[in-house]
Amino acid sequence: MEWLIAIVIGVMTASGIYLVLRARTFPVVLGLTLLSYAVNVFLFVMGRLQIGQAAIIDPSAPGYTDPLPQALVLTAIVIAFGMTAFLIVLALKARSELGNDHVDGMSYVAEEEAAKQHKAEQS
Amino acid sequence: MNSIWPALPVLLPLLGAILTLFARLGGLQWQRAVNLTLTAALVILTSQTLLVAGTNEHQVYLLGNWLAPFGIVLVLDQLSALMVLLTAVLALFSLLYAITQATDERGEHFHVLYQLQLFGLNGAFMTGDLFNLFVFFEVLLLASYGLLLHGGGRLRTKGGLHYVVINLVGSSLFLFAVGTLYGILGTLNIADLAAKMADVSADDQGIVVAASYLLLVVFGIKAAMFPLYLWLPGAYAHTSAAVAALFAIMTKVGLYAIVRVHGTLFAEKAGALESVHIDLLLWIGILTLILAAFGVFAGRGLKEQAAFLVLASVATLLIGVGLNTPQALSASLYYLIHSTLIGASLFLLADLIARGRGSYADRLRVAPPMANAILLGSVFLFSAIAITGMPPLSGFFGKILILDAALGHELQVWVFSAVLIASLLMMIAMARSGSTLFYQVSSDTHNDGTALNPAALVVVIALLLLSPALVITAGPVTGLTEQIAAQFTNCEGYINAVLGQTAVTGK
Repeated sequence: MEWLIAIVIGVMTASGIYLVLRARTFPVVLGLTLLSYAVNVFLFVMGRLQIGQAAIIDPSAPGYTDPLPQALVLTAIVIAFGMTAFLIVLALKARSELGNDHVDGMSYVAEEEAAKQHKAEQS
Repeated sequence: MNSIWPALPVLLPLLGAILTLFARLGGLQWQRAVNLTLTAALVILTSQTLLVAGTNEHQVYLLGNWLAPFGIVLVLDQLSALMVLLTAVLALFSLLYAITQATDERGEHFHVLYQLQLFGLNGAFMTGDLFNLFVFFEVLLLASYGLLLHGGGRLRTKGGLHYVVINLVGSSLFLFAVGTLYGILGTLNIADLAAKMADVSADDQGIVVAASYLLLVVFGIKAAMFPLYLWLPGAYAHTSAAVAALFAIMTKVGLYAIVRVHGTLFAEKAGALESVHIDLLLWIGILTLILAAFGVFAGRGLKEQAAFLVLASVATLLIGVGLNTPQALSASLYYLIHSTLIGASLFLLADLIARGRGSYADRLRVAPPMANAILLGSVFLFSAIAITGMPPLSGFFGKILILDAALGHELQVWVFSAVLIASLLMMIAMARSGSTLFYQVSSDTHNDGTALNPAALVVVIALLLLSPALVITAGPVTGLTEQIAAQFTNCEGYINAVLGQTAVTGK
């Protein structure tokens, strides 16, 4: 089971990093989402893998699972959720203001080139 | 010692943000008044906090009365007290500038975000728990996204997008590092982590080092160290001046986190893992400093140059921390106070100049003469001397102290050459900017700039006057920084104070 979880985390992280390095904002948002999924699973596993165990200590229970990573994951999920929502809005804002969804706002570069040409023509 | 003091500088801006939100009902004037009162109150409160911390004891506040390491603790020592005081002073000046230049009229909720930003910053300085540090980082980042983009504009959106994305990647890496440390050491309380470092088995040492390097990357993104600084010039140069000035403290948060987390975890108690990050830090500092100096040279506008000067100050601080002696830490803290305040003032001054030049803004091009050029030019000369570290202002003393601490270090040749060459390059670049802005004016006298705002200029000059004040009070201030460095180097005291804290018993 450990190797399965490890592969899942690895593949998700690798895909996330690949997508973050893309040039358009939408794949970047998806990449960050995948990265946060990977990190959530990773945090969860850090309490070690247990099956069918309670998180609350009970004298009659045969054992228990570490409750702290679960609390950490809950916090991380909420934060990642909010941040992703913010990023999507920002990406849309950038799309409307910069004229395209390139992360560097290509239209700006094109505009500067045009201004330079305009100036060269004048002089 | 159990006390409420660590919680107060965190609570005040949080309650302040809520209050400022309600003040919106009364209009912008009310919000300004409330925010200004709260920030001034924060300055008073944090200076009181510094006095309390000066009793040389670690003050610990147990959230919800849960004992460390099970609950979250807020810890006040002199280092965190100095940082919150510096934040509050900087925030007061930036806010005054924002109000005099009506930055807050260009969008909604400026004042609410401002208080939340202070809440996040103070929380990050006070917390004694790694995961809590992550949470406060997110709070301060989310507020900073809002402030950075406040007012809008295409360049601002582009710079902001880069800033947000790289910080979100940083947050993911932070969680990976936190998870790894928890998996090995079973705790996230910084003091408890430090105490358990000695027991790490030889097999696990590599994993702990990997986690600590991951943390270094995360804090390095915040501190904008090489090669993670590329977001900074775009983000800082294009946001509003008051926000850029406030963000002079943001890079220092990353630096503080390196000092606090790595400095405590990898102290002498860590055995074989002692100071694993230090050599790397020193080299990164040297590289960043040289690249920042080139950046200042290559900057096309004054604001861009100011952003690279902030980067140079962080690099100098990284070198100071990388020297890894109490003397160097004390020198770095002196330089930190100076560079935060003066770096901020340069952003404000660049904004004043840009307004005066109208459509030419802060670009280093020949432009029609602006109004009050002599007055602004004199202020510019003063701030250029302060920021490049020329005598007689505080930058000079800060650099001398750091270089003095580097004497006898095995890399002293590198440190000296880097600091001195970078200073020379920055000085030439600033001299060139000054002559382009103020001397090489075109014969065309048509200037479409706005008239100088005297109130804003007074704010900038008052902030700049803190530099000679730092020189005059150099004795007491270095006394304080030496005390802070001595207290910080004594990690045993920190660990015992946090872990030995008993809960408050009810009636």
